[in-house]
Amino acid sequence: MNMTKILFKREFSSFFATPVAYVFIAIFLILSGVFTFYFGNLYERGQADLQPFFNFHPWLYLFLVPAMAMRTWAEERKSGTIELLMTLPITPLQAMLGKFLAAWAVLGLALLLTLPLWITVNYLGDPDNGIIFAAYLGSWLMAGSFLAVSVCMSALTKSQVVAFILSVVVCFVFVLSGSTMVISAFKGVVPSVLLDAIASLSFISHFDALVKGVIALQDVLYFVIVMAVWLKAGLILIERKKAE
Amino acid sequence: MIQINNLTKHFGDYVAVDNLSMSLKPGDILGFLGPNGAGKSTTMKMITGFLQPSAGTVEIDGLNIEDQPLAIKQSIGYLPEGAPAYGDMTVAQFLDFIADVRGLQGNKKTERLRRVINSVELKSVLHKSIDNLSKGFKRRVGLAQAIIHDPKVLILDEPTDGLDPNQKHQVRRLIQNLSSDKIVIISTHILEEVTAVCNRAMIIAGGKKLFEGSPQTLQAKSQFHNAITIHFAEPVDLAPLRAESSVADIKQNAELTQITVIPQATANTLFSTIYALAKTHDWPVTALYAEQGRLDDVFRELTAGV
Repeated sequence: MNMTKILFKREFSSFFATPVAYVFIAIFLILSGVFTFYFGNLYERGQADLQPFFNFHPWLYLFLVPAMAMRTWAEERKSGTIELLMTLPITPLQAMLGKFLAAWAVLGLALLLTLPLWITVNYLGDPDNGIIFAAYLGSWLMAGSFLAVSVCMSALTKSQVVAFILSVVVCFVFVLSGSTMVISAFKGVVPSVLLDAIASLSFISHFDALVKGVIALQDVLYFVIVMAVWLKAGLILIERKKAE
Repeated sequence: MIQINNLTKHFGDYVAVDNLSMSLKPGDILGFLGPNGAGKSTTMKMITGFLQPSAGTVEIDGLNIEDQPLAIKQSIGYLPEGAPAYGDMTVAQFLDFIADVRGLQGNKKTERLRRVINSVELKSVLHKSIDNLSKGFKRRVGLAQAIIHDPKVLILDEPTDGLDPNQKHQVRRLIQNLSSDKIVIISTHILEEVTAVCNRAMIIAGGKKLFEGSPQTLQAKSQFHNAITIHFAEPVDLAPLRAESSVADIKQNAELTQITVIPQATANTLFSTIYALAKTHDWPVTALYAEQGRLDDVFRELTAGV
């Protein structure tokens, strides 16, 4: 059996052996329900789409994904199992991918469990399901990017709390960099090329494009690159600092 | 075959392992001794590929750990210090996971799992989660995962630490029962363990090798090697014994009812001399035995001040 698959299996079932996965999924579903219906006024808008549902995802992920991923490496270090893991005949890359993919699968599962919302809007009206599919894809890719940042931060420290706080801060920067607040603050101060660069770093600007139903290669690629870069950084950290 | 050449590890300015070399062949069971912080665990971490040496090389069967880490890791079974394991898994799930990673499949996997679970006696806790196990069971789970793939090289970092005497005995028996073509390295603080299971011994302190040889040679370094201890029912006059040329020194306990006679280095007639004296003077001897050598003393002498 492929090593990444074996490690994926272990990590995935570990999410369900501890209450982490259940707690995450439950809170994600409850909060996304609250945001969609209460703050997003899904019914009152009178439009058959899931825009209000997806709009809140960056803010949900901002806290939930770091909470879920903070244990990834920090716990291995704390309990000493990293020594066991790294002396088994597997490469650090396989270990990293197994861990990342397992957590990403849990995030995907949480998204899948929101399908009743999709059924509801289809029952109530006639939404563009292509747009909804693109938005789901965008949400999952963005969740993966939050996850990659958090996994990297978890590789940095033994303490899960430190990993959580660092992850939230770094993710927050990535979310905020595209917001009107940041953009207007920099406007006129920095050249427009740099302004565009800052804005295009944001998770939100790429996510918004996908939520509108446009699956553009550049947006998909952006998230894939963000994940690859942060996972690579995490890998370097683990190889350097595994014994500390 | 393990060949270690000039292995060195620095942590900043601190030298944890200093120019350590050794060579082990199949059948060798090495007792790796040293005070806390001597560099035993660090050495083991470098042999198993967890840490990279600052200098020097580790070769197992001609393969270098830095060039061929996966091939080497496959041939090693390793019990890290404290026997870490994934606490949220049950023993069965954990061993199954390790067996998968070790590439065991089908009937072979079932067979190996069965044998390992029997030899370490884990049947009763198979479906308990590891977090809920006692220290002894946790240690045994760690041993089980180390031997599951029948490795050529077995590296055990303090395998009997924290176990009760029965469990210690069991672990030693397990090590003795391993087939004779393996290389085993055991680190321990317990000196009697070395004479019980090992056929080679090495003492390190401050990262440096201080002694290497058989456990018997180590015992022979003790001043009590070949000494004779006598218990008396009541104190006796030792003047005739002191006069003997084969006696180097006599140590007594406070009540003067127990003495240890230390022989001159060349003497080998001490036993018969004492026997004759006891008979002539009609000493009330209640026990009489030869000492093997006190390893604790040798250990202290070798490692003190390093």
